[in-house]
Amino acid sequence: MDNSYESVMLRKNAIMRQSVGINYDKYEADYINFDYEAMLKEGDFTLEQIREIQINSGVGNTPLKECKNITQLVRKVSKPGFGARIFIKDEALNDSGSFKARRASISCYQAKKMGFKGVIAATSGNYGAAVASQAAKYGLKCIIVQECYDSKGIGQPEIIEKARACEAYGAEVVQLSVGPELFYKFLLLLEETGYFNASLYTPYGIMGIESLGQELVEDCLKLTGQVPNMVVCTNAGGGNLTGTARGIKKTTEKKVEIVGASVNLKGLHMADDHDFNLKSFTTGHTGFGLPFIMNPDRSDVPRSAARPLRYIDRYVTVTQGEVFFMTETLAILEGIERGPAGNTSLAAAFALAKEMEKDKIIIVQESEYTSAGKHHQAQLSFAKENGISLYFGDPQEEIPGKSIVFPKSVDMIKVVDIDLEIIKKKYIQNQIFKTKKISENDVDFLVAETNSNKDFVLNEIKKYKVTLEGEHE
Amino acid sequence: MIKTGSWVQIKKVVLQPDERAVNLPEATKNVPLLLWVKGYLLKDANIGDETEIRTLTGRIETGTLIAVNPFYTHSFGTFVPEILKIDDIVKSTLYEGNQ
Repeated sequence: MDNSYESVMLRKNAIMRQSVGINYDKYEADYINFDYEAMLKEGDFTLEQIREIQINSGVGNTPLKECKNITQLVRKVSKPGFGARIFIKDEALNDSGSFKARRASISCYQAKKMGFKGVIAATSGNYGAAVASQAAKYGLKCIIVQECYDSKGIGQPEIIEKARACEAYGAEVVQLSVGPELFYKFLLLLEETGYFNASLYTPYGIMGIESLGQELVEDCLKLTGQVPNMVVCTNAGGGNLTGTARGIKKTTEKKVEIVGASVNLKGLHMADDHDFNLKSFTTGHTGFGLPFIMNPDRSDVPRSAARPLRYIDRYVTVTQGEVFFMTETLAILEGIERGPAGNTSLAAAFALAKEMEKDKIIIVQESEYTSAGKHHQAQLSFAKENGISLYFGDPQEEIPGKSIVFPKSVDMIKVVDIDLEIIKKKYIQNQIFKTKKISENDVDFLVAETNSNKDFVLNEIKKYKVTLEGEHE
Repeated sequence: MIKTGSWVQIKKVVLQPDERAVNLPEATKNVPLLLWVKGYLLKDANIGDETEIRTLTGRIETGTLIAVNPFYTHSFGTFVPEILKIDDIVKSTLYEGNQ
């Protein structure tokens, strides 16, 4: 068989179809739309079943903890009467140390049920350890494919720690240098082994997080008698936000504001061999967050089940310096030592809580484990070795890849809003570029995808050379 | 000489620069795509030899032998004094007047 880059990429769809056991074609309709809700019923799981599968595999029922000292700190820098109560869902306590175990649990359960001998996931993040841990429970073989080193063989310490964790759970770890062709090796491995593609973006990868959304509403009601006013999700590929929001909607009819938060890594190219080790965050950043929210189907399955634009009410960025600052604050004020990337939403929540009245509740919906390599001390010393300057000042001065600026006072922790209207327009543009013609159902699809309205979508469509069916063609 | 059956790490080139995807940033397209993987050595070999291994999932991979009994050295890094200053800022803000 021809295993050149071009030939393997041409076999992509066939390999994908074989390796996830989902016929994505049956959901496709008209010119651009597909039946998202029908796809999310793949496997016929109820949320109750998801929770049972997870409880039986060391996942879920993590505690919701009130960060009382951090809330007091917010109130020190808020207007009188302001400073919402901040809670954190301590997802680090799932087996393998992050909320990603929720996603892996359903994928591995399904792989076992369908008779696959093993699972493969392409990830440099916590998801690798999650899949390896869940695969161990189901007696499945496991390969994790990581982008880990630059071409000189220097590894990002956080990713090296994840490789160690994957190996600790018995997985084979295939490590690659920087480049999007990781996907090529991933396809070759799927073809060679016939294993299940435990993609983050299958319906299973999203259903598994709905339990998190449900739990946090239930936990909050138990602790406070209230439904949270706001839930902040660290956003990269969009699955975390999508699954959490879906779970919340299935649990309460009350409006819960869903906020996505990413670390601002503007200017650093994700596929650049040189930039690779200049970033102190390997996930939860705008390098994934922005492209995926504007074009979710760029993932490793034909149709991504992670579609954050459907659910997000507000999208904010914070800086690396602010997240490191809050990571240390969580340890020093709350006695909870957790990994930096998962604290992106905590840094955002801190700033957002200032704008909300005291009786309001804001939930940071995840934490992640920390350790050698991942720990903020490890990341900051690695940044110094790579010539990044560290100083105290206004975090807005930070230049990703050149500086990490810690807030010189607590009141300088801020969020910067990303204009969701622009994102929605870009999303529509990306969809329209695929077609010359669209149907009424396609328009409804775009309305749902952008959580907007018909006028907004029709107004955007007018800007492009595309014919609406039924109009004069 | 490293004996057959030893736990080793190999490195190989997956794609040469001219075989790589189009539209890559300059720093990436001028270097090959490299791969590292661990497994059991299938034949006695020395460091630097082209060799075959059997990985944990039973796959055979070939590449240059680079390590025997490879181990991790990642750590908590060297001390970063800025972290103490963060502690000072948050504690003095929270407890001002009480300490």
